[in-house]
Amino acid sequence: MLVLLIPLIAAALLAAIPNYRISARLNVLASLLSLLAAIGLLLHRPAPNQYLLVDDLNSVFILLNTLVGFTTSVFSASYIAHEQETGRLTPRYLRYYHAMFQLMLLGMNLALLANNIGLMWVAVELATLTTVVMVGIYRTHEAIEAAWKYFILGSVGIALALFGTILVYLAARASAGEGMDAMVWTSLLAHAHSFDPALLNIAFVFLLLGYGTKVGLAPMHAWLPDAHAEGPTPISAVLSGLLLNVALYALLRFKMLLAANHGSIAPGPLMIALGLLSLIFAGFMLYRRRDIKRMFAYSSIEHMGIIVFAFGMAGPLGNFAGLLQMTMHSLTKSAIFFSVGHVAQVKGTQRIAEMGGLTETHPVLGWTLVAGVLAIAGLPPFGVFTSEFLVVSSTFAQQPLLAVMLVCGLLISFGALLWRVTAVAFGEPRGPTGPVQASYVPIFAHLGLVLVAGIWLPGPLVAWFQHVATMLG
Amino acid sequence: MPHFAFDVAHMLAGLLVLVSFMMLYQDRLYALLRVLALHAFVLACAVAWQAHIQNDPELFITAAIALGFKAALIPWALHRIVTRLGIHREIETVVGIGLTMLAGIGLVALSLDVMLPVTAHADPVTREDIALALSVVLIGLLIMVTRRNAVSQVVGFLSLENGVDLAAAGAQGMPLVVELSVAFSVLIAFIVIGLFLFRIRERFDTVDLQALDRFRGERR
Repeated sequence: MLVLLIPLIAAALLAAIPNYRISARLNVLASLLSLLAAIGLLLHRPAPNQYLLVDDLNSVFILLNTLVGFTTSVFSASYIAHEQETGRLTPRYLRYYHAMFQLMLLGMNLALLANNIGLMWVAVELATLTTVVMVGIYRTHEAIEAAWKYFILGSVGIALALFGTILVYLAARASAGEGMDAMVWTSLLAHAHSFDPALLNIAFVFLLLGYGTKVGLAPMHAWLPDAHAEGPTPISAVLSGLLLNVALYALLRFKMLLAANHGSIAPGPLMIALGLLSLIFAGFMLYRRRDIKRMFAYSSIEHMGIIVFAFGMAGPLGNFAGLLQMTMHSLTKSAIFFSVGHVAQVKGTQRIAEMGGLTETHPVLGWTLVAGVLAIAGLPPFGVFTSEFLVVSSTFAQQPLLAVMLVCGLLISFGALLWRVTAVAFGEPRGPTGPVQASYVPIFAHLGLVLVAGIWLPGPLVAWFQHVATMLG
Repeated sequence: MPHFAFDVAHMLAGLLVLVSFMMLYQDRLYALLRVLALHAFVLACAVAWQAHIQNDPELFITAAIALGFKAALIPWALHRIVTRLGIHREIETVVGIGLTMLAGIGLVALSLDVMLPVTAHADPVTREDIALALSVVLIGLLIMVTRRNAVSQVVGFLSLENGVDLAAAGAQGMPLVVELSVAFSVLIAFIVIGLFLFRIRERFDTVDLQALDRFRGERR
């Protein structure tokens, strides 16, 4: 399993290398190799064993994970060079940073590949621990508070998820047999129809609360804006683009168990309610944001709300829309964070009030930011438009009333995003206007993919997503 | 003697709930840490008894971790942190102790009411263990929300985690329990080291989380 081995070896190497220039390059190289290994998994799929599994569902997530991991490492190389010059990070912390970056990718890949609910839990925990360290790496008041809050809330979420995992084991024990079989996805799914439904219901509530905390759903979202705003920007990109997806993946797997069991509650309404709440709440919160990274963190909550809503609606169309929306959101949001990172470095602040006229002073950076925000707000011709349109239209077909609420939520956040981005991108230039050494390649690559997906989705991709959508039930 | 085995398991799990209640009315940090050590000790006994009646030697490792790590090392480290930060004063609670105790009783009733009917088909030892473990988890959450002080919130989290451990030990034949409890111990170690490294006292002059709130980006 190269996807796991590469980050592990790279993390060990990076922890040992003191020179940050070399380690930044090594980081890029290791992430590229992981991406290639993930593509290799598509071509040659190993048979599942007790611990690891590759199927159509998780290969979507793994490919997305390694792709964004790779582009983020490219962005991170130019980002940290600037941080090193301004003295915000010392070489010693950079060593931690690179080693942790690879460990985090390891944790996320392991969580996605795991065929075992226990192993998956351990992997999510590993990813959480490494991101906590990264969020607190600047060691300012705000960074430490953000890391602490994330740590405590994340830990409680993880503990509840473990309790839910134990309950799933108990529900499965009677029919799947005692021991390892009752913790392996493939055998769990095969026996799910005969599980005790009442126990499975309670387990799902714990799992929804636990992993839902990590997805950033509305009542449990408090850690998310702080963690995004105070950590290094590459980490904000990975948190939004990948870590939320990993927790979502865990939820989807457990949802499949409930879908296969006819006596249990339908998980859909719960997910729809939480998703709508997140969407509308985050939409209103967007108006009051003064910090640009916090604003995009709330936009992530909003989008996770839409995605969870779409998966809650279920059905082949709902799942397809959710999957597409998730992919588009990961790509777009990380591109936005890449450009926001450079903007914040130029301006020396993250406060929206101290930025302005970006399209005049830094045309490329300013316009890519505008393009990214237009994409995330759901305007055509970008891919987010396609997926949001699918979510809305599939909801209209089933529950018109819910669709109205969904559209309201979308419009609320649409207004906030456009209003804020106009202030940053147009008008009188405000704040420092020094030159910028940005790496545009990752931003263009992401936005390019999103643009292409908005105009034309390749046939094999559609077929793949459709198959996954029917798998999810 | 299955009846005797069940009685002892039941008693130890019940004792854990009782010690959780003891945490609710502590108003000094040192006393709270002593109760935490007792909590972990009772957990170690309960897990060891489960290992004995389930004939599962791996569970003894979990019990040993609970005894050495959670009952000795962690309370000792927290004790040192409290001494160094000089915060061994009274704990500020959000609501009164009487009300908290009533809420705790309500939570125990809730978890028994929720868990006992749905585990009707499970064997009695597992059944009681899971129900009582859920009570411990919920009381742990209650401790976390009623305390303002960072150290006592960590104590609340640790007791919550002990409840999850009890559930894992009670689930008969569950594999990977040892691995899971090791992973959890790493998490706990990180939290305690975090208290040390982040030096919340040094940075904020208090470990009162209300003071931390002031540093939020929004209120700058």
